[in-house]
Amino acid sequence: MSSTQPSSLASVANARVERSKASTATGTGLEARGVHAWFGKNHVLADINLEFAAGSVTALIGPSGCGKSTFIRTMNRMHEFIPGAAMAGQVLLDGKDVYAPGVDVTKIRLQIGMVFQKPNPFPSMTIGENVLSGLKLAQIKVANKDELLESCLVRAGLWNEVKDRLDAHGGSLSGGQQQRLCIARALAVSPQVLLMDEPCSALDPGSTLRIEETIRELSDSMTIIIVTHNMQQAARVSDYTAFFLSDGGPGEMIEVARTSEIFSQPKDQRTENYVTGRFG
Amino acid sequence: MTTATLIPNPREISTEPRRSDKVFRGVVTGGGLSSLIVLGLIAVFLAYRGFEVLREEGLGFITGADWSVTLDESANVVESNFGLSAMLVGTILCSLVAVVIAVPISVFSALYLNFYAPGWLKKILVAVIDMMAAFPSILFGIWGFLVLMPSVEYWGKLINRYFEWIPIFEVEPYFFARSPFVAGVVLAIMIIPIITSVSREIFAQAPLDRIQAAFALGATRWAMIKAVVIPHGRSGVVGGAMLGLGRAMGETVAVYTVLNIVFQINWHILLGAGGNVASLIILKFGEASAYEIKALMAAGLVLFLLTLAVNATANVIVKSTGKSGR
Repeated sequence: MSSTQPSSLASVANARVERSKASTATGTGLEARGVHAWFGKNHVLADINLEFAAGSVTALIGPSGCGKSTFIRTMNRMHEFIPGAAMAGQVLLDGKDVYAPGVDVTKIRLQIGMVFQKPNPFPSMTIGENVLSGLKLAQIKVANKDELLESCLVRAGLWNEVKDRLDAHGGSLSGGQQQRLCIARALAVSPQVLLMDEPCSALDPGSTLRIEETIRELSDSMTIIIVTHNMQQAARVSDYTAFFLSDGGPGEMIEVARTSEIFSQPKDQRTENYVTGRFG
Repeated sequence: MTTATLIPNPREISTEPRRSDKVFRGVVTGGGLSSLIVLGLIAVFLAYRGFEVLREEGLGFITGADWSVTLDESANVVESNFGLSAMLVGTILCSLVAVVIAVPISVFSALYLNFYAPGWLKKILVAVIDMMAAFPSILFGIWGFLVLMPSVEYWGKLINRYFEWIPIFEVEPYFFARSPFVAGVVLAIMIIPIITSVSREIFAQAPLDRIQAAFALGATRWAMIKAVVIPHGRSGVVGGAMLGLGRAMGETVAVYTVLNIVFQINWHILLGAGGNVASLIILKFGEASAYEIKALMAAGLVLFLLTLAVNATANVIVKSTGKSGR
């Protein structure tokens, strides 16, 4: 059974590899150049070089503690939120370093949105207010709020379930619905890039499926980077997969390739061991 | 057939606690009840001592404003008149001034300490604020009298000049010294530490994942605070303010030092004529006759009940607003 797993994952990935190239994603994508990260004196991430083409979906896989989440948090500058956190290297959005002096970090986070592991809608706001909260937080004016509200909820796959109770509190939704609400909230400020940190790890299989559908639809209009422990999920949703690993020291990126290749013919033995379930 | 559908009565579920558990339970229960018992005894004592005066004065004890007692040569009471209304109005006035001034300052202090101050400064400021809470109130009173009063009088004159059209800021006759406003400012400084530390605690419990969500949506720090921290902490701040109000109403010495006590109801906070139940007790206690002491005990009982009512209201408010925003 375990010997057949890599090829079956590869076939899942192959099925979506040549999907529509007519992506409407704007910009030239995101690039990490020589990114290192520290928590205090603890070196957690070493020399990560990765390019994310506009309109692509990239999955980051690897065992716990290998620095995947830290890596995506350096992308939208959420890393520096933790006391003692430091980084080196460059993160280029449309060729411009997001860590350059004088850059307004709030503008970066508007362009690079994020969905967290645990659904975190604002409890004091209604469903509708939650979706539009980014506009209020960043003081963005929008001509037609109702239209934006509907389109975001439609794209997040939640519209039909909540259209009659937009005034209910976000906390009244199920976990999966809350996570899709958080996706809708991230979409409302129209980011170029969406970071997803294990978005389905707290959800049941049905909700996971809904969110994977959402990811596939969103990839037509934006660049998506998703951290996941679920290799089936990586195979189902991503164009590219990067394998991260830490051998006790700082996390490193071992290999990046088309998802179908990572699951069928990985170049590195450690990648093969991981995707075939021999460790991790 | 009927036996199959017979539903049994629920069993009684019990457990035999260990001896150590029983002992600990006894100790904790004793500790918990003792404070209640002490409080109850105080109330009973005040009611017992003040009963005679309360019966004599009736409702006039609350509504009247006079406080006079005439004795003959052998120290027997010839005529007496005890009314607390001026003192009650004064107490409420001073405390409200204090809370109105202290709450915004405390909330901003708490927000600064939690979300803006660098670590080393935060440690120092928290220590200073905690120390302020333990500062003897007579020192606040003396400092207020010697240092603060002239400035506050000047502020009072400014407020009076520009806001005289608001009835509570009228001053007639033109006399600003030792007004309820001055006492309120001194009280505000005294209750800032309490409200600040209560607010700081509740703000620190604002859920981290929601804070991160706000930042990830491009929020500035202030926008994040408005969207996440304030809704989460609102009920806690109300509770802290009520705690401060309770302390302000019971405060004695500091108010006595800076307030001009006049037995006449005065709603004008800038006018130098105020009242305060606790200060009345300290003012009259030293030279009071036996009968007047009973009146002071009754006054104490009224203050006790008023404070109790404020705290009960605080509880209701905290509970009713507590659910939203969490």
